[in-house]
Amino acid sequence: MRYSGFRVLAQGLFGNTGWQPAWRDPVPKPDYDALIIGGGGHGLATAYYLAKNHGLTNIAVLEKGYLGSGNIGRNTTIVRANYFLPGNSEFYSHSLKLWEGLEADLNYNVMHSQRGLINLFHSDGQRDAFARRGNAMINQGDDAVLLDREGVRELLPYLDYDNTRFPIYGGLLHPRGGTARHDAVAWGYARAADRRGVDLIQNCEVTGIDIKDGRVTGVQTTRGAIRAKKVGMVVAGRSGQVAAMAGLRLPIESHVLQAFVTEGLKPVIDHVISFGMGHFYISQSDKGGLVFGGDLDFYASYAARGNLPMVEHVMEAGMTLMPMIGRARVLRSWGGIMDMTPDGSPIIDRTPVDGLFIDAGWNYGGFKAVPASGFCMAHLMATGQSHAVAARFRLNRFATGHLLDEEGTGSQHNLH
Amino acid sequence: MRLTCPLCGPRDRREFYYSGAAVALDRPGAEAPPEAWDDHLHNRDNPAGVTQDLWYHEQGCCSWLKVTRNTVTHEILAVETVGGDSTAGGVA
Repeated sequence: MRYSGFRVLAQGLFGNTGWQPAWRDPVPKPDYDALIIGGGGHGLATAYYLAKNHGLTNIAVLEKGYLGSGNIGRNTTIVRANYFLPGNSEFYSHSLKLWEGLEADLNYNVMHSQRGLINLFHSDGQRDAFARRGNAMINQGDDAVLLDREGVRELLPYLDYDNTRFPIYGGLLHPRGGTARHDAVAWGYARAADRRGVDLIQNCEVTGIDIKDGRVTGVQTTRGAIRAKKVGMVVAGRSGQVAAMAGLRLPIESHVLQAFVTEGLKPVIDHVISFGMGHFYISQSDKGGLVFGGDLDFYASYAARGNLPMVEHVMEAGMTLMPMIGRARVLRSWGGIMDMTPDGSPIIDRTPVDGLFIDAGWNYGGFKAVPASGFCMAHLMATGQSHAVAARFRLNRFATGHLLDEEGTGSQHNLH
Repeated sequence: MRLTCPLCGPRDRREFYYSGAAVALDRPGAEAPPEAWDDHLHNRDNPAGVTQDLWYHEQGCCSWLKVTRNTVTHEILAVETVGGDSTAGGVA
């Protein structure tokens, strides 16, 4: 069923009784050309682009829970392409371009809103760093505007401009940055992949990866064995456990990142804003809730909840930046499990096992990467070659020294 | 979360700096090949369950502590100084 404004109107007139399920609930077949482990944003996008770009439709996505039950539904929904390093810059630029055509491509409203992202800076040194980053973004073909203090005040009059400890010197505006409806991204890719014949198999946990003579031959699941010539592991948050089934040890440590949402308010914050003093970023959802987050809890964790010190820190940072939100009541907080790599950049690569591929290590920047990650992982699985924009996301870059340390914080998993 | 420092007693998590898995205590030898160093610096077992990591009691006695804890429940099972003193953990 194709979605359109006319159909919404027509269904409204007849009691919305004509809608059908957005995707099938197929029984797993014994044999596929390719399997994707993980039915989150990246896995579903990989399946969609395998079908669309490479004509591979005898494929399946295996999801241990329900589609989109992991980090795709647990993030702060920010979409941006403001990276600096070659390797990251072209990848996120490609992703943003895919975002801009995503709704037409998927025939699904993912509520992509390019409301503009503003990274604030608070010192001369930070201004220089952001000016340089802005230049890198422009050189990549994306957009960046360096705002001075008055320029920021015009857009964001509600910030605390009298803070003497962290004075606002200005901000780097990325007009094409913004947000999207996170769940809808998973649902849109799921529906579009299903329409192209991909089997989306839920409640199907992979319990083993079959390898014969150094080649992957299929997987064992809670719904039986499934054979396949190619298998992609797209399970950020659980990458270590799945890779261990194939005997791999990854450069990943899992950490918990918390996020928060307030009760619904009238429109008050029009952009995505990040505080350059600490790790604090905020936007307002279309439903009215202020969605914000901060830094990792800093210790390895698989608990989808955090501890109070980081809650306090995030609230303090928010109050320091924009005291007006102090009366808003926090509705919910939650935690997501992040694959943290030693350089803060992801991995899309082959593994030492033939036919086994990995898409992992998204740190806490995975949401905006969903389209390009799926696009490049599909390219890799179909052709055996890395896509040009993801060519530096190698699994062995830590051994070869080709690190992509965007923040320059060093080789420790939790510092990115 | 509270860790029971063997020297200072139960203290708030904020007094401690986390520095990753306890593999730092098993440095490769001087003759070890580059692969061993890559593995040591970057690769992790990263278990969903009981793990051992290193914490530095930055705002206390400045001891390096080896903490045995559960990454799923945040339960602290044991805390010992790298030098050998130990306690029975802390509060998740």
